Amino acid sequence: MSADRRTAAELAAALASGDTTSVAITQAHLDRIREVDGAVHAFLHVDTEGALRDAAASDERRAAGSSYGPLDGVPIAVKDVIATRGLPTTCGSRILEGWVPPYDATVVARLRAAGLPILGKTNMDEFAMGSSTEHSAFGTTHNPWDLDRIPGGSGGGSAAAVAAFEAPLAIGTDTGGSIRQPGAVTGTVGVKPTYGGVSRYGLVSLANSFDQAGPVTRTVLDAALLHEVIAGHDPLDSTSIDQPVPALVEAARRGSDGDLTGVRIGVVTELGGEGYQAGVLSRFAESVELMTKAGAEVVEVSCPHFVHALATYYLILPAEASSNLARFDAMRYGLRVTPDVAENGAPPSAEDVMRATREAGFGDEVKRRIILGTFALSSGYYDAYYGQAQKVRTLVTRDFEAAFERADVLVSPTAPTTAFPIGEKVDDPLAMYLNDLATIPANLSGVPGISVPSGLAEEDGLPTGVQILAPAMADDRVYRVGAALEAALLDQWGGPLLDQAPDVPSVEPVETTGERR
Amino acid sequence: MPDTPEHTISRNEVAHLADLARIDLSADELDHLAPQLSVILESIASIQGVAGDDVPPTSHTLPMTNVFRDDVVRPGLTAEEALSGAPEVEQQRFKVPRILGDEQ
Repeated sequence: MSADRRTAAELAAALASGDTTSVAITQAHLDRIREVDGAVHAFLHVDTEGALRDAAASDERRAAGSSYGPLDGVPIAVKDVIATRGLPTTCGSRILEGWVPPYDATVVARLRAAGLPILGKTNMDEFAMGSSTEHSAFGTTHNPWDLDRIPGGSGGGSAAAVAAFEAPLAIGTDTGGSIRQPGAVTGTVGVKPTYGGVSRYGLVSLANSFDQAGPVTRTVLDAALLHEVIAGHDPLDSTSIDQPVPALVEAARRGSDGDLTGVRIGVVTELGGEGYQAGVLSRFAESVELMTKAGAEVVEVSCPHFVHALATYYLILPAEASSNLARFDAMRYGLRVTPDVAENGAPPSAEDVMRATREAGFGDEVKRRIILGTFALSSGYYDAYYGQAQKVRTLVTRDFEAAFERADVLVSPTAPTTAFPIGEKVDDPLAMYLNDLATIPANLSGVPGISVPSGLAEEDGLPTGVQILAPAMADDRVYRVGAALEAALLDQWGGPLLDQAPDVPSVEPVETTGERR
Repeated sequence: MPDTPEHTISRNEVAHLADLARIDLSADELDHLAPQLSVILESIASIQGVAGDDVPPTSHTLPMTNVFRDDVVRPGLTAEEALSGAPEVEQQRFKVPRILGDEQ
C-alpha cells in the first residue's frame, strides 16, 4: 500500500472540491500507521474508531454544504503531553500509564472545533525531557530516514509520524527545541510559536515559562494553516496573549513566491562553528546564500550571552520541572505504589506512598532533573544558581532585542548534528543536552521560531534544518522567510526532501500502548 | 551562603535532595546519579558571575497584568469525572493513605 503523500493544504483542497472524503483520507492514514508503525513506533495510542467517527461527521458537514474551516476533515496526530478527553495521555511516563483525561486541552478543543479527526497520541521523551525519545517509558521512536537513529526529541513521535506519512499534521510542544530539533533531524517543518500565542491549558507542564505547543508538518504552508487553528487568546491560560494572531497563512503564501527583497536576515555568530557538524554548516551556508539570492540583506549579528543559554536553561528548567512534577503525588491520578509496612509496624503514610510511587513511576532523566531542580532551588544555592540564571535570561533577551534592531529575522542551524544512532547518548545527559544548543535561546526569551528542512549532510546523507527566529508576536515573519527558503530549496531539489527518504519497511505495530499492560 | 559554592553534589547530598523531592532512590541509583549530577552542575556553574547585581531577573517573558472576569457559573467536571483517574476512591472522595505520623 502506498502512502498518501499529499500535504494538508492539498488534502484540504481535495476535500473542498469533493474529490475525496475525510473517511477515505483518515482510513488511508490509519492503514499506513498499521503498515509502518511497528518499525517507526511514532504512536503510543491509535484511536481508529474515534478518528473514523470524526471523519464521517466531517463528511456529513461537507455533504450538507457546511464546514468548520479549511482543515475540516484533515486528520492529525497529537503529542501525548496534551490532554485528550477519552484518549490515554501518558506523557511517555509510567506514572501516567493508562490515565484517560476527563477534559480536552484548549489546543485539542480547537482541533475538534475545526473538524480535524485525531488519529492518536504520539511518543515522546518522558515529560518532554530529552532530545531523542529514548527517555520514553514506552520504547524509542525510530527515525524514518534510518531506523537505527533517533528522530529527535522530545517530540520525536510527532515528527516521525509526519515524516513517515502516518499523519499529514501533528501537534508538538517546544520547551527547549522539542518541536524544532525533531523537525531538523527528520526533514520536516516545526514551529514554536511566540510564548503565550497558543494556550497551555491542558498541556502537562514541564517548564511552564518555556512550554509552547505548535505545528509539526511537512510544509511551511501546512504549519501556518494549523497554527491559525490552534492560536489565539484563551481565558483558561493566564499566560495566554490577548492580542490578535498575525496573518500566518497569508505570510506563508506571500513567502512562497520566493521574493525576500528588503528583508534583513541576521546570522547569529554564536550559533555555529565549534560543536556543529560540517554537513550541517555547509547546508546552512547554502540556505543563507539562497536567501541572499532571493533578495534578502544578510548581516552577521552577535548575541554574546547565547553562550550561556544552555547553562541558564538547565538551571531554570529543572527548577520549574521539580515544582511542576510535584503534582504526581499518587493521590488524585496516575500510579500509586504502596510500600511494605514499616519496621515499627505502622502502615505506610501518604509521604511513603508518594516516595515509592515516584521511585517506580519516573525514569532516570526525570529523576535527574527533579533532583537538579531541587538543588537549584535549595537555600544556600538559590542566588548562585537559579537567581543567576534568571538574570542571564534577561541578558539573553537583551541580546535578542539588540539583534532585532539590525535584522528582521535571525537564522542558524536548528540542531548542531544530524540524527545520531539510538543508544549513543542515552546515559550521557550532557551530550544529550547539547542537541538543544541553538534552539534554547528562543525559549528563554519567548520568541517564535521555525525549523525548515535544508537538505542532507554530505557526510551521512541525513536531513539538516535551518532555524528562523523572529521577535515576539511576529510569527508571520518566520512563515514568510521560511516559505521563501522552502520554495528556493524545492526548486533546487526538484521536489520535497522527503522524496529522497528510503521506504520504511512494513512492520505492523505490535500493540497500541498507553493502556495498562 | 558560601560565595563560591563547590560545583559537585555528593552521594549524601543527592540522597538528601531526593528525600526533599519525595523520591526513593536505591543505592544503585544513588551511585549512578550522583556523578552524573556533578558533571551537569560543573558545566552549568559557568554562569556564575555572568550577570551583575544591576541586572533584573526574568521569571517570565510576558508583561503580565491581573485579569478580572465576571463571576458566572460555567460547566466543570462532575465528581465522577474528577475521580475517574484516582488510584482509590471512597464515598465520592479521593482515598489517601494516612497523612499523620506516629508522633503527631
